[in-house]
Amino acid sequence: MRAGRWLIGVMVLGWLAACAGGPATPTWSADELRVLHSLSLDALKPLSPDPSNVVADNPTAAALGERIYFDTRFSGNGAVSCASCHMPERHFTDGRAFGVGMGTIPLNAMSLVGAAYSPWQTWNGKNDSQWSQALIPLENPLEHGGNRTLYAHLLAEHYRAEYEALFDPLPDLADSSRFPRNAGPVDSPAASAAWERMAPADRDAANRVFANLGKVLAAYERTIVPQPARFDRYVASLDADGRPQGEAVLSADEVAGLRIFMGKGQCMNCHNGPRFTNDAFHNTAIPGAPDVPIQRGRIDGVVRVQADPFNCLGAYSDADPDECTALRFMVTESDTLLGGMKTPTLRNVAETGPYMHTGQFATLAEVIQHYNSGGFAIQGHNELTPLALTDEEAAQLEAFLHTLTEEE
Amino acid sequence: MRRYSLLLGVLLLLVAAIGGCGGAATPAMQMSSNAPADTDFGTTRASDGGLFQVTYTPALEPIAINELHQWTLHVETPEGAPVDDAVIAVSGGMPEHNHGMPTEPQVTEALGNGDYRVEGMQFQMGGWWTITFVIDAAGQQDSVTFNLKL
Ligand code: HEC
Ligand code: HEC
Ligand SMILES: [Cu+2]
Repeated sequence: MRAGRWLIGVMVLGWLAACAGGPATPTWSADELRVLHSLSLDALKPLSPDPSNVVADNPTAAALGERIYFDTRFSGNGAVSCASCHMPERHFTDGRAFGVGMGTIPLNAMSLVGAAYSPWQTWNGKNDSQWSQALIPLENPLEHGGNRTLYAHLLAEHYRAEYEALFDPLPDLADSSRFPRNAGPVDSPAASAAWERMAPADRDAANRVFANLGKVLAAYERTIVPQPARFDRYVASLDADGRPQGEAVLSADEVAGLRIFMGKGQCMNCHNGPRFTNDAFHNTAIPGAPDVPIQRGRIDGVVRVQADPFNCLGAYSDADPDECTALRFMVTESDTLLGGMKTPTLRNVAETGPYMHTGQFATLAEVIQHYNSGGFAIQGHNELTPLALTDEEAAQLEAFLHTLTEEE
Repeated sequence: MRRYSLLLGVLLLLVAAIGGCGGAATPAMQMSSNAPADTDFGTTRASDGGLFQVTYTPALEPIAINELHQWTLHVETPEGAPVDDAVIAVSGGMPEHNHGMPTEPQVTEALGNGDYRVEGMQFQMGGWWTITFVIDAAGQQDSVTFNLKL
């Protein structure tokens, strides 16, 4: 009897020691563990090839693309480069609500980290490749503000050898009656009139050089891939039973926020996979930004990408039509296209504000407040439902988002 | 001695009930997928009007979200005779979310023996999905809807 009581006492003590003494580490179920691993960078597959761009995975092309990416000579005023709005030190964003080049474009510059994985580029997906996307800011008077023959001349003057090592020789640009310094289908009466006067074959030659410029830039962009964050280290620290091993990588609040992200917050409906995006278009009832046009989203992107002469099916693409799967299976009619924007990556999101397609929200707290309220669609069909997060839960969710920043 | 083992048993039960250490009453993940309990997630189904017996086989096993992939659809009569020369339309969506697929899949090839290649299949989130095939064959039309849990 006595021995029995003793034994029980020892057992209770042992249990207390194991439970109270051990860290109050949360455990994850097998299902949850599977989901956690699906979010980890370890789940990121190698980039699939881009059949529309023969130099997509050519390191020489990427090296040339990198130099041009930072080269402000490739603009109408000699002062704008891709890095003006996509700064490497800001995870390839610019910290502003609107992009500022030669003018101000009323759209928020997107992070380029991992963007090469996406079948659609820009908020409304008006491009089906990064090389065709790059051509848009180059010609937009508010961004680089240049034109097709200007870029051909600049390539000839600064990168002829590098260019011709990759592609057919540049056309003979010396004859300025055939290739004026400034000509292209752009928003400048002089340059567009000069473009109209060019022979069709010369326009085609200029188009090809222009496309190749996009292709080297895209080859560089494909090297901008996400780097591990604290969150990835946390997932790596979980044992097979979903229990963190070693020193705690995430705080209790961050783990609680992660749990909300995966569950009550429904964030993973759209921000899923290792880049925290499904690359699909969703209407999340984002309010319009003051004094700028309302963006209609995917409904316009569909029309734009179909009409784009530089799309995967166009004359300057290197792909077989069969390989243009994004366009072949594109949703062209649906009541979910109006107001649909591409889900952005959440990697590094704590450092890429302001947020949303026109920088509507300055802080992550405002973003979470929007999701919590469920929003009110100014157009189309709102896909959100109110979340009923407490203030504490909202703060925990925000804390979790901070764990997605790359560590160095 | 008997009392002792009884106490021990009670204690063990107690520990088991509390769920061991950590005591983390982990709430089940709410992946917002509440298909009705009697939902049939089978990959072979009879069409609504009973004209066809239809089976799908994904080329991607298990189906992963955000990956473009193909399915093979097999269509036969209830008696097991393959149905060739059918014209088939595909559509899908999430009943709980009121949205469709991120792609517009198509039947791109009749492979013979009642088999058809379905290209452009893709899902953008986990949860309960339905995929409907409308099948036109020999002047008759019928449709079949599969339920998927991703
Ligand atoms: C004036 C600022 C500015 C400049 C300069 C600029 N961009 Fe952008 N970039 C933006 C904005 C704004 C968006 C969103 C555009 C939209 O949705 O239409 C964007 C979107 C993108 C995207 C889409 C990313 C995604 O995930 O969909 C890529 C890729 C990109 N830019 C690459 C480039 C390259 C390459 C250059 C240089 C040739 C460049 N940008 C120059 C502001 C700029
Ligand atoms: C229905 C799909 C969907 C759901 C659910 C969703 N998001 Fe988003 N998220 C988007 C889209 C689309 C955008 C861009 C919207 C826009 O700019 O118009 C976005 C933007 C964001 C941004 C801004 C990123 C940037 O770079 O501008 C953050 C942060 C964010 N979401 C976090 C969350 C969190 C946290 C949750 C869960 C509470 C969540 N999202 C749920 C689709 C979704
Ligand atoms: Cu859904």
